[in-house]
Amino acid sequence: MSNTERPLSPHLSIYRWPITMALSILHRATGVAMALGLIVLAAWLMSAAAGAAHYDQFAALMSTLIGRLLLIGLSFSFFFHLANGVRHLVWDTGRGFEKHQANASAWFVLLLAIGSTVAYWMML
Amino acid sequence: MVCVTARHRFDGCVLDDAVNSATGHFIAQRVTAIALVLLGLWFAFSLATTTDFSHAEVAAEIRRPVNLGLLLLLTVTMTYHSYLGVQVVIEDYVHGARVHKASLIFSRMAHLAVAVVTIYAAVKIGMGA
Repeated sequence: MSNTERPLSPHLSIYRWPITMALSILHRATGVAMALGLIVLAAWLMSAAAGAAHYDQFAALMSTLIGRLLLIGLSFSFFFHLANGVRHLVWDTGRGFEKHQANASAWFVLLLAIGSTVAYWMML
Repeated sequence: MVCVTARHRFDGCVLDDAVNSATGHFIAQRVTAIALVLLGLWFAFSLATTTDFSHAEVAAEIRRPVNLGLLLLLTVTMTYHSYLGVQVVIEDYVHGARVHKASLIFSRMAHLAVAVVTIYAAVKIGMGA
């Protein structure tokens, strides 16, 4: 009577991700992205320290489409990791663990990060 | 951590400091996180109020003592926080004792290199590069 087609649960390919699970993974992903982004920060400062000619080369690189996408990605990572990090700090005080609270704060943090990123680039 | 027992050796006393104790790691991660909320927002705000991102403008901004001080504080705190976070990711996902330890050592050296490079560059700009 065993059905070999039946997937094991929670099978990631069919499992509907709760928003809280997605954000937990996104927190790590954005953290690792920014760890790699430290190289961009170091390159920016090194080019500035090396003088205007080197700095202009770096600035030109960052003005390309790939450079822009990199910076937009890093800025979203920053805003998301910042907002979700504060969410974690609130959790550290023992608050906000109810399922409806965690779901609400998840959506709030995600929309805040997206909104901040859009607003930031419109302001720059 | 001193490498006195087999357990200590297993835990990796080669990376010998407070970060190896779970409580120290937990506290350091949160203290740097709180500092980075403020320093990060300062940095984002500073970039947002920069007008043309020319070398002259950026160098002049970094040369201001308050900005140089905050920039150094930011890069050191951020690099340390990053090191702590990447350590957790390696501990969770990189298995096999040798690769695990090699990854931790590589991460430590890479973060140290970033810290040295950014401090050197920022101070050099601050002194008038």
